[in-house]
Amino acid sequence: MIPHALAPPRRIDRRHVAGLLVLGAFVGLLAAAPDAFADILTPEDGGGSPQAERTDVLYEITLWMALPIFLLVEGVLVYSLVKHRFRRGAPEPVQVRGNTRLEIGWTLGAAAILVVLAVITFAFLPGISDPERGGPQRGGAVAVAAIDQPDVPPGGPSLNIRVVGQQYIWRYDYPGPGRLFAYHRMVVPTNTTITLDITSQDVQHSFWIPELFGKADAVPGHVNDMWFKVTEEGVYRGNCAELCGENHAEMIGEVEAVSPERYRAWADRQRSDIRAATRALTDQRRRMQAQQGAGAGSLIRQ
Amino acid sequence: MTTAEYRAQEGTVDPGRLAERARPQIVERGLPRRPGGWLQWLTTTDHKKIGILYLVATFMFFVVGGVEALMMRLQLGAAQNTIMDGTTYNGLVSLHGTTMIFLFVVPVLAGFGNYLVPLMIGARDMAFPRLNALSFWLFVFGGIVFYMSLFFTPPEAGWTSYTPLSDDAFLPSGGVDAWIFLVHLTGLSSLLGAINFVATIHNMRAKGMGLGRIPLFVWTILVYSYLLIIALPSIAAAATMLLTDRHFGTAFFDPTAGGDPLLWQHLFWFFGHPEVYIMILPAFGIISEVLPVFARKPIFGYKAIAGATAAIAFYALLVWAHHMFTTPTATVVLAFFMLSSFVVAIPTGIKIFNWLATLWRGTIVFRTPLYFAAALPALFVIGGISGVQLAVFPVDWQLHDTYFVVAHLHYVLFGGSVFGIFAGLYYWFPKMTGRLLSEGIGKLSFWVMFVGFNLTFLVQHSAGLSGMPRRIYWYPEDAGWEAFNLISTIGSFMLGIGVMITLVNVGLSLRKGKRAGNDPWKGNTLEWFTQSPPPENNFDVIPRVRSVEPMKDIRREILEREGRPAGSVAQPMASRAS
Repeated sequence: MIPHALAPPRRIDRRHVAGLLVLGAFVGLLAAAPDAFADILTPEDGGGSPQAERTDVLYEITLWMALPIFLLVEGVLVYSLVKHRFRRGAPEPVQVRGNTRLEIGWTLGAAAILVVLAVITFAFLPGISDPERGGPQRGGAVAVAAIDQPDVPPGGPSLNIRVVGQQYIWRYDYPGPGRLFAYHRMVVPTNTTITLDITSQDVQHSFWIPELFGKADAVPGHVNDMWFKVTEEGVYRGNCAELCGENHAEMIGEVEAVSPERYRAWADRQRSDIRAATRALTDQRRRMQAQQGAGAGSLIRQ
Repeated sequence: MTTAEYRAQEGTVDPGRLAERARPQIVERGLPRRPGGWLQWLTTTDHKKIGILYLVATFMFFVVGGVEALMMRLQLGAAQNTIMDGTTYNGLVSLHGTTMIFLFVVPVLAGFGNYLVPLMIGARDMAFPRLNALSFWLFVFGGIVFYMSLFFTPPEAGWTSYTPLSDDAFLPSGGVDAWIFLVHLTGLSSLLGAINFVATIHNMRAKGMGLGRIPLFVWTILVYSYLLIIALPSIAAAATMLLTDRHFGTAFFDPTAGGDPLLWQHLFWFFGHPEVYIMILPAFGIISEVLPVFARKPIFGYKAIAGATAAIAFYALLVWAHHMFTTPTATVVLAFFMLSSFVVAIPTGIKIFNWLATLWRGTIVFRTPLYFAAALPALFVIGGISGVQLAVFPVDWQLHDTYFVVAHLHYVLFGGSVFGIFAGLYYWFPKMTGRLLSEGIGKLSFWVMFVGFNLTFLVQHSAGLSGMPRRIYWYPEDAGWEAFNLISTIGSFMLGIGVMITLVNVGLSLRKGKRAGNDPWKGNTLEWFTQSPPPENNFDVIPRVRSVEPMKDIRREILEREGRPAGSVAQPMASRAS
């Protein structure tokens, strides 16, 4: 170490000041726009879906675990660069080539942090990936049995919806009786465990509503699953998250959560609309066939 | 003083020859003249010329890929922007990613390796010089074939070319085929280059340079080569299967005929993840050379860094499915790939700590190579931490394919690899050209790049966390992503300007730079032993290596023997060693 009296006087470099100013302006810019940066460090709030909330918490844990490591590395680096920079007349530095104890120490330290992270992840996993029981519901449950999602715990209301991706829209097939499907916006009852069977009929897509649940890729030939439960009424939106072609950006999915009564009303109306539309289509086809049969019989010979 | 003069002093060479202009041995001995002018660049098999060809060609592709990135940033700078449509944007996405990976980062490291490996291990050329030339020209033609697609339709399926989107049913035009040919040509180029590196490093080291004494950059190039040899066959097979799917009626990846799109993802990422380490390990090697030289202190934990490099390479082969956490896959598989990805973080952390310990209590000399080299751990640690967060697969379900991932991969590949490459450029430019790059312009370039880079990519974490997916050409105003994107766009242009400043620096310094001399930085490794630029045979006499820092030994010896600094003597050991 250089004796203090021999150390050269501190000189504030003008360029360093300029660098600090730029850094300060940058941090200030980020801090000055709180509205735009509400989710600057963590994902959006969950909108009442327990699995999105738990993912959010798990993410925050990883962030808090990372923060000391980040500060340690940057701190030591900046400290070394400032404190140990070359000064005129400084002696040759001590030629240290390593320190086995130190190296084993930080290897074990890094491993220990990751073991803790793995344990925490596995503790959180069931709460995120396994569907939980629906309810409590007022005004009677929507009693629709799940068909091929054996994981839903019995006793609560649940609903199984098949999600089919296609360029560039989502279709949602609801279970019977009676045909019920919708495009673009999925209407679901609140406080009900919704399980999704997700697939695609052309290229790969990925179904994702950030405030309710994470991504599940829609892969043709495979069925992926996902679940969620909404407690607050509202509309939740998410983009398709796998590049699927030129209009990938416009492939948006929505979930509208409504009370069970309103859901039943919507389902009844939608069913009758579909029936009416199917009937109208059948009528139109018959009319066309009759016209064509009269005009040019050869066209319908087969 | 050259060898001839030096020998004349010692009385081994006829002093009369000193009347001639001092020339290196290879010229002195009257070897046949090579064609001059531009033709020598087309016909050369000299590893140094091929290295420079690599560097020039890859930096041209870097500029092209950068312009593509800026065009995308321009489109995303405002919500509901209408500069381009989705087709154009997807083309740019695919061109940018493919260019930066296959035509810049991997081959630019091959360029540094080509130039430096023989010099650093005390060899006179690569093991197979003609194969080396073939590698370079295959790479160039791969790039040309790929960019020819601009004249019909560029590929639109991203650099990952996921099926079924990349099948002929959805993208029938030739863009994807151009991508396949690029993968084959550059893949073959890298494979031959890798075999060449392996043969060279194992067989052509100077006397006394055991595997435990090779410079860390050479060590990382050796590991890079083995990884390429293991990983490339997977992408070559997959790309061939995609080609036959598209044109000859097979259905490896077509779900409507019994194929499986997930097979593509597995084959692609079995190559794709090792590729990440192929792109970062030699950059780690570069700064493992640069940091000790400018800290005036040996690298801390040489063996730990070498061992960590090998460990990273091994685990790199076991983490590929962490790119597939959102596919329909059993939980036990997801857990395995999470844990293997955690494990890879440990040797990476070891390296970062070793670099910090190298700087600790050094006498740090602030020259431009050090700026870029010190920025690497500062930036890479952010990409490393976000990488661990992404490895936690329930968290990845939220973050996968968002701008958080875009930020992560750019902190790794730009903050890591590209800053390392720039450190290497500033460090070895004097050796390659005989002239130093301007320090003032270099530091300006560093600061503009450093601030621009962080401005571009730091806020992309936030954009991703608030739900912005990757690879979208358009977003509505009410999505709330406009502020992030505007900042990012401004930063990206700053970053582009920073890169251009370095290119201008190269142009100016080529003609007007300060003369470097043989050993401007007081380096540790053998490339500083020969002239700048080195003669065609590299070394008249190859010194015996006695430690991991042979140049330090040589300098000490010269000082003892001559009573004057070694910098004034060219190839100073020559007479004694012969």
